Amino acid sequence: MNTTELCYLSIHVALDLLRRGALSARELTQAYLERIAALDGLLHAYITVTAEEALEQARRADERRAHGEDAPLLGIPLAIKDVICTRGVRTTCGSRILENFVPPYDATVVVRLRQAGAVLLGKTNTDEFTMGSSTEHSAFFTTANPWDLERVPGGSSGGSAAAVAAGCAMGALGSDTGGSVRQPAALCGVVGLKPTYGRVSRYGLVAHGSSLDQIGVLTRDVHDAALLLRAIAGRDPHDATSLDAPVPDYVQEMLQDTGLRGVKVGVPREYFIAGIEPGVESAVREALRVMEEAGANLIEVSLPHTQYGIPIYYLIATAEASSNLARYDGVRYGLRVEGTDMWQTFFRTRALGFGREVKRRIMLGTYALSAGYYDAYYLKAQKARTLLRQDFERALQRVDVLACPTTPGVAFRIGQKLDDPLQMYLSDVFTVSLNLVGMCGISVPCGFADGLPVGLQLMGPPLGEAILLRIAHAYQQRTEWHTYRPPLPIQALGG
Amino acid sequence: MPKLSLQEVEYIAQLARLGLSDEEKELLREQLSAILEYAAVINQLDTHNVEPMTSVLPLCNVMRPDATAPGLTLDEALCNAPAVQDDQFRVQVILE
Repeated sequence: MNTTELCYLSIHVALDLLRRGALSARELTQAYLERIAALDGLLHAYITVTAEEALEQARRADERRAHGEDAPLLGIPLAIKDVICTRGVRTTCGSRILENFVPPYDATVVVRLRQAGAVLLGKTNTDEFTMGSSTEHSAFFTTANPWDLERVPGGSSGGSAAAVAAGCAMGALGSDTGGSVRQPAALCGVVGLKPTYGRVSRYGLVAHGSSLDQIGVLTRDVHDAALLLRAIAGRDPHDATSLDAPVPDYVQEMLQDTGLRGVKVGVPREYFIAGIEPGVESAVREALRVMEEAGANLIEVSLPHTQYGIPIYYLIATAEASSNLARYDGVRYGLRVEGTDMWQTFFRTRALGFGREVKRRIMLGTYALSAGYYDAYYLKAQKARTLLRQDFERALQRVDVLACPTTPGVAFRIGQKLDDPLQMYLSDVFTVSLNLVGMCGISVPCGFADGLPVGLQLMGPPLGEAILLRIAHAYQQRTEWHTYRPPLPIQALGG
Repeated sequence: MPKLSLQEVEYIAQLARLGLSDEEKELLREQLSAILEYAAVINQLDTHNVEPMTSVLPLCNVMRPDATAPGLTLDEALCNAPAVQDDQFRVQVILE
């Protein structure tokens, strides 16, 4: 196998080869590091590549295998979004204010991946503190979409999505506050899973909106998503909001592919609206037809408060963010820009440390929480959030999952929405509701429009990951969209 | 909704301890006004007798056993501090 073939193996196939001794973790890791070295100058998917540590972890994985040991992800090279703390490895959150922050501890998900034997390749680019839909709000650089280098990969987990799509990581962790795993997955043509709020520990995930944030996985197929979720899910004493519910064997459940016969797929009419690009709508309609042909019952449902999703989200998420980001004061960690007194130090540190989108959201959130506006904005949004949740509860009494586009359009050009924050916010119109209601969702590749990937979003009830994965897997068994690879310039790979 | 005034922008920035240039203040006046005008659509909703949602989870207080466990060492806790003195975070004088 050449480097490209090695780098496009799926995790479940690679595990099989590793277990049979047909492949070593060192070979695999070496192949990824070579590909990153060749391509990342074009893609800018990684903020930090930990080549030495990765090779050392690979060496240990091979050693363990040589001793007859095995583990669920032993020797699998993965990438971690740079808002998830990694002990001893710089974690920037895409921000100047944390440019030199080196966490003294691992996030729980990182501990679990290490225990599962994974090899960590590095930390991927993100919009600053995950606030954005394109990686253009990273303080360092914009990641390119592997399908068209002039376009954004989506965001905020755009580095993770681009790395997985380009064969620069076998899988990756991202975080999803309003679509930040699913939207970039759709725009880069990979699988992105956002678990139920509380399914995965948030300990060590740098906070954006604490009632919305959830760590998710990005992979090239659904089987791999099930493998990664199984490794990171479950109760964690360090996160009081992590759920004490048993973790099913997602892989086994998914493989019980009983087909789609009798599965009730709800099609929310508010997600097929004017403004959705025709190529996106036709790809998603075709995916629905494939599911119907395989035996699924399509049932039209209504989520009547959908149009309020974006305003509710941007009031609640920014309110929580303005509070969470108060901690960056230049005292305990991060940048400090000293002024004549402590107060001036606060103002200067935050003026220089934060980028324009973060400042905009801190301002918006502070406004929504301030005296005189709290009731009209924040409290009103919290009540509207209850109504949105009731929409989903009602619809999911009638159907097993909901199916719709992940995004209204394909990847947009770099710079296209940068100066119009409201337009940027509207690119999240189909993803934010799921975070507000705390349920789970997955985006899977379902075709192309103008040569750019389109994502099908499936949304399920609380702790419904197993059924989501089973349905998404059944869909993937009947289609080939997840097997397409972006046309990356060959010369970058050295011929 | 009328456009935010410069004084309102400055007041919010003050609450958020956020230094802004004159240019940033002017831009934020425009952008925040547009976003808030858009967000005002939620006022169309009748939310009488609707409980506000603070969390999606059916949890109230989560308690853990009152047991000690190892935490960060002093060096680990201080390793990212911009300034340290006598094993403590060094800050500027706040009382004369």
